[in-house]
Amino acid sequence: MLRYALKRLISLAVSLLVASVIIFIAVEIVPGDPASYMLGLNAQPDTVAQLREELGLNVSPVERYVSWVWGMVQGDFGTSYTYRTPVAEMIWQRGQVSLPLALFALLISTAIAIPLGVIAAGRRGTGVDVGLSTATQFGIAVPNFWLGIMMVLLFSVSLQWFSAGGFPGWQAGFWLALKSLVLPAIALAVPQAAILTRIMRSSLLDTLGEDFMRTARAKGLSRNQALWRHAFRNALIPVLTIIGLQFSFLIAGGIIIEQVFYLPGLGRLVLQSINARDLIVVESVVMVLVFAVIVVNFAVDLAYAAVDPRLRRRV
Amino acid sequence: MSLLSITGLNLSIHGTSILKDVSLDVAEGEIVGIIGESGSGKSMTALSVLQLLPNGAHCEGRIELGGEDVITADEDTLCALRGDDVSMIFQEPMTALNPLKTIGDQVAETVQIHTGASRAVAMGMAAEALERAELPQADFPLSRYPFELSGGQRQRVCIATAIALRPRLLIADEPTTALDVTTQAEILDLLRRLVAEDGMGLIFITHDLAVVSGLADRIAVMRHGEIVERDTAEGLFREMEHPYTRQLHEASTHVPTRPERGEIGETLLSVKGMVRDYKLPRKNLFAPPGHFRAVDDVSFELRRGENLGLIGESGCGKSTLSRAILGLDPIQGGEILLDGEPVTAGKDLSPKVRAKMQVVFQDPYASFNPRHRVERLVAEPTHLMPNRPSSAQKRRMVGEMLEKVGLTTSDAQKYIHEFSGGQRQRIAIARALIINPDLIVLDEAVSALDVSIRAQILDLLAELSDTLSLSYLFISHDLSVVRTITDRVLIMKGGHIVEEGETEQVFSNPRHPYTKALIEAAPLLDAPPKVIAF
Amino acid sequence: MSAAVTRKGFRSRALWIGGVLTAVLVGAALLSYLWTPHDFEAISIPARNQLPSGEHWFGTDHYGRDIFSMIMAGARTSLALALAAVGIAMAVGVPLGLAAAARSDGLLDEIIMRGNDLIFAFPALLVAVLITNIAGPGAFNAILAIAIFNIPVFARVTRGAALSVWTLDFIMAARVAGKGRWRISAEHVLPNLANLLIVQGTIQLSLGILAEAGLSYVGLGAQPPLPSWGRMLADARTMLTVAPHMALFPGLAITAAVLGLNLLGDGLRDWLDPKLRREGR
Repeated sequence: MLRYALKRLISLAVSLLVASVIIFIAVEIVPGDPASYMLGLNAQPDTVAQLREELGLNVSPVERYVSWVWGMVQGDFGTSYTYRTPVAEMIWQRGQVSLPLALFALLISTAIAIPLGVIAAGRRGTGVDVGLSTATQFGIAVPNFWLGIMMVLLFSVSLQWFSAGGFPGWQAGFWLALKSLVLPAIALAVPQAAILTRIMRSSLLDTLGEDFMRTARAKGLSRNQALWRHAFRNALIPVLTIIGLQFSFLIAGGIIIEQVFYLPGLGRLVLQSINARDLIVVESVVMVLVFAVIVVNFAVDLAYAAVDPRLRRRV
Repeated sequence: MSLLSITGLNLSIHGTSILKDVSLDVAEGEIVGIIGESGSGKSMTALSVLQLLPNGAHCEGRIELGGEDVITADEDTLCALRGDDVSMIFQEPMTALNPLKTIGDQVAETVQIHTGASRAVAMGMAAEALERAELPQADFPLSRYPFELSGGQRQRVCIATAIALRPRLLIADEPTTALDVTTQAEILDLLRRLVAEDGMGLIFITHDLAVVSGLADRIAVMRHGEIVERDTAEGLFREMEHPYTRQLHEASTHVPTRPERGEIGETLLSVKGMVRDYKLPRKNLFAPPGHFRAVDDVSFELRRGENLGLIGESGCGKSTLSRAILGLDPIQGGEILLDGEPVTAGKDLSPKVRAKMQVVFQDPYASFNPRHRVERLVAEPTHLMPNRPSSAQKRRMVGEMLEKVGLTTSDAQKYIHEFSGGQRQRIAIARALIINPDLIVLDEAVSALDVSIRAQILDLLAELSDTLSLSYLFISHDLSVVRTITDRVLIMKGGHIVEEGETEQVFSNPRHPYTKALIEAAPLLDAPPKVIAF
Repeated sequence: MSAAVTRKGFRSRALWIGGVLTAVLVGAALLSYLWTPHDFEAISIPARNQLPSGEHWFGTDHYGRDIFSMIMAGARTSLALALAAVGIAMAVGVPLGLAAAARSDGLLDEIIMRGNDLIFAFPALLVAVLITNIAGPGAFNAILAIAIFNIPVFARVTRGAALSVWTLDFIMAARVAGKGRWRISAEHVLPNLANLLIVQGTIQLSLGILAEAGLSYVGLGAQPPLPSWGRMLADARTMLTVAPHMALFPGLAITAAVLGLNLLGDGLRDWLDPKLRREGR
């Protein structure tokens, strides 16, 4: 188990390193000089030179890369040019919206999908199954940001149950803050839940067809006992993979959903920074988001080992 | 009074009739064999007893188990019966156990479900059951997972699960078909002992007449969902009243007619000191990767016109050896000469050398690309001919070959899914023959076929080897088949060839202890039925 | 019995509904080049924010443009971008997957699969963000971002299926017939993956339409004057209290397009390959 974890940890570190290089290249090796771009066409050469120095652009790319990575390791993400505040602080602030939103959505989608998947598989071929299949087809097809807009229209504009957007901050009270995340989280979760329901259903059906299920029934287990004792846990393994992958989609979807609900999260930050050519913010936020995805997938790998003894013993 | 009594059982699935008027009795302490080829309904008969039939199944008749009719019983009653009064073990031990649970938990589950015993008590009984199935706790603690056990050991776990509560009836559905002969013999001994100890009834389902002949008290022969003959084991083999029984027996003991062979020619294939290593995954990042030696210092010769057998159990290296001979995998030592020229792996091997050998595989379903027509499939090896034939020539060659293997020229335009298993094996032989090779490697080529089809294919092979003066390297785990078709035989174990000699000589007078063990373990049909020995 | 029939009926219905929806999508996109009820670019301030009527079937937007015409024109942007992206992804991903499977013991496989894992860590939107940073926002940017994200999907699907084809005996027979790995990949492996790839391609196409709409919504996709469903929704969001109908129709259009392609993919899966027709799955 330890060796397995160690092996995954090494590959995690390598992934992060390669990801950081890709991001650095994509952001910093831009045609043209970022400093003059930021200051516009009429900037004085002195001011540009000063900005170049401030941004650390007057040293070689390799040196810049090393100092960027080394800074991040120490928790120093540099200073935003447009906002004139430390990037680390901004990420911390904005992360308090984005991360709870993604987790909330993940929770909702898993809580909906697993029971529905079990029901659909258990009643395979019946009207319930066909009904759920139809519903999931729609769930997958609906764009989450449109679902968000429609919910705003219904629950905020018409019924006025929720505010149409914005985030009061956690200091305004936990429940109040959570309430402002409910609609965005549902909008994010519904398409993911539809996908997950289908995966859960087919994975469970695959497991129910395995030889060992027949053995379990021959032992005298009832249909339900066999399902819960033998099929359920085995069927969860592929579902776990998808949950890991979904986190990546939730992060991406989150960027759009934050835009729909005017939430001050990392997604909005990155979009604003791109428009403002605030490179240091762009590269740091993208790095943080990619970091989150890679770490979650690492956690999923470890969860695998917890579920599957074959991984635990064999390296 | 019989323990199980099936009377007039009719079974249909989605309206298709599967079983017709099946009647069968099993008494306590009695072993009843059910024999039949694939599709005969033997497994469905067994599943009817447990009422674990597929969706859409409908049963009529009576299946009385200890006085109760299971067909009319409700689900709760059935659950209480299964695993407690009547248990079942299945063919495929590799997949019959839940990979995520320990063997202790899986055996103990039977106990917990039926007795409501605490986990500790159930685990104690599980340990006892595993001991009785000859998995001693010292070597196989309850905390083992199925993936840590071999196929034979897993089948013992299944048996332990089945007998944990000492049921009155055990149904074994082809329990040894997926196992090696020596393992098969051990499992059969174990079942025999458990029947004697517990006085339980045993229904033993198999396609192998030889296995059941040495085991069962009574035998029922099934075909197309009906029992065609039913007798004591002794009586059945003596009388063989039903023509199908006779046919089955003949096919099982079939010896293809092979004309007296003239002199054997010069050396065709020569393997000298061949070594084949597999790389093992690295244990850690810094240690060099380990090796597994699958074939170790193997030498033998095969002469023109000779049929050479290669016998071994799974994992002995026989398939690895054949892959190296076919030039598919590189070797790490020694050499392989075909007609005097070295065989190497991959691109280095000249088409001229490659064209001298072809292969027929075991699985008639996986042997062909389903997207191509038979003509293209059979013509594929012509790729190796120095002057590629035109498509008209190909068509003619394919037609000729198809007729040679007992099919018709018009079959060339069909797709492979239109053929049965036996026909596909004929097409595979046609494909092997199309470039007139000298050597054909037959890798378990008849192992997946029903006995009657197998007999036909063996006849075809014998005839072709005679008319075309072909040499065969006949690889198989099945001793009786190898015995009927080869001149000489090699016995392989753990990557080595442990014995080699004239086939009859080796079989009647084996010298190596492993060969002796193999021959002893192989069930023989002509042996006197049922000798109980403890 | 009846249950199985219900489900099977559901399956073939999927093919029909999916086919019709997709035909409508493609038809609308092609037709928009020749004819739309109104000029989709024509601004008419007096006619702004009109509700659906006989004149403007889906109403007008805040510049008085005809929403129905814009949706027809948007169909061609969506379809063209998604097709281009999926085409690029297939052209790169499928050969990568085939190569990885053909040399499954080798370094190549390791590199390709690790590379795939890495790309998976970059959600399409982040890729779009990075590319926008280099090249600025635009349709090309969206195509590239969606394509890059889809490459690992095709590489993975191809590799997985190809590996299982490689274990079959007919591949061994082809090797005994002296054929090389690349030739076997082209002659024996790829044809056996064709159905799978058609199905996967259809489904990725639907995801591509979704992704394109999302990118346009946040301003990283198609730029004006290219008509775009995603941008229509972004405009609608700002006009939500004034003209709620603006938000309804583009969303319905996206849903119908994605639903149609998904159903078509599911239906094709069953129709093309009887081997895959495992009942009820």
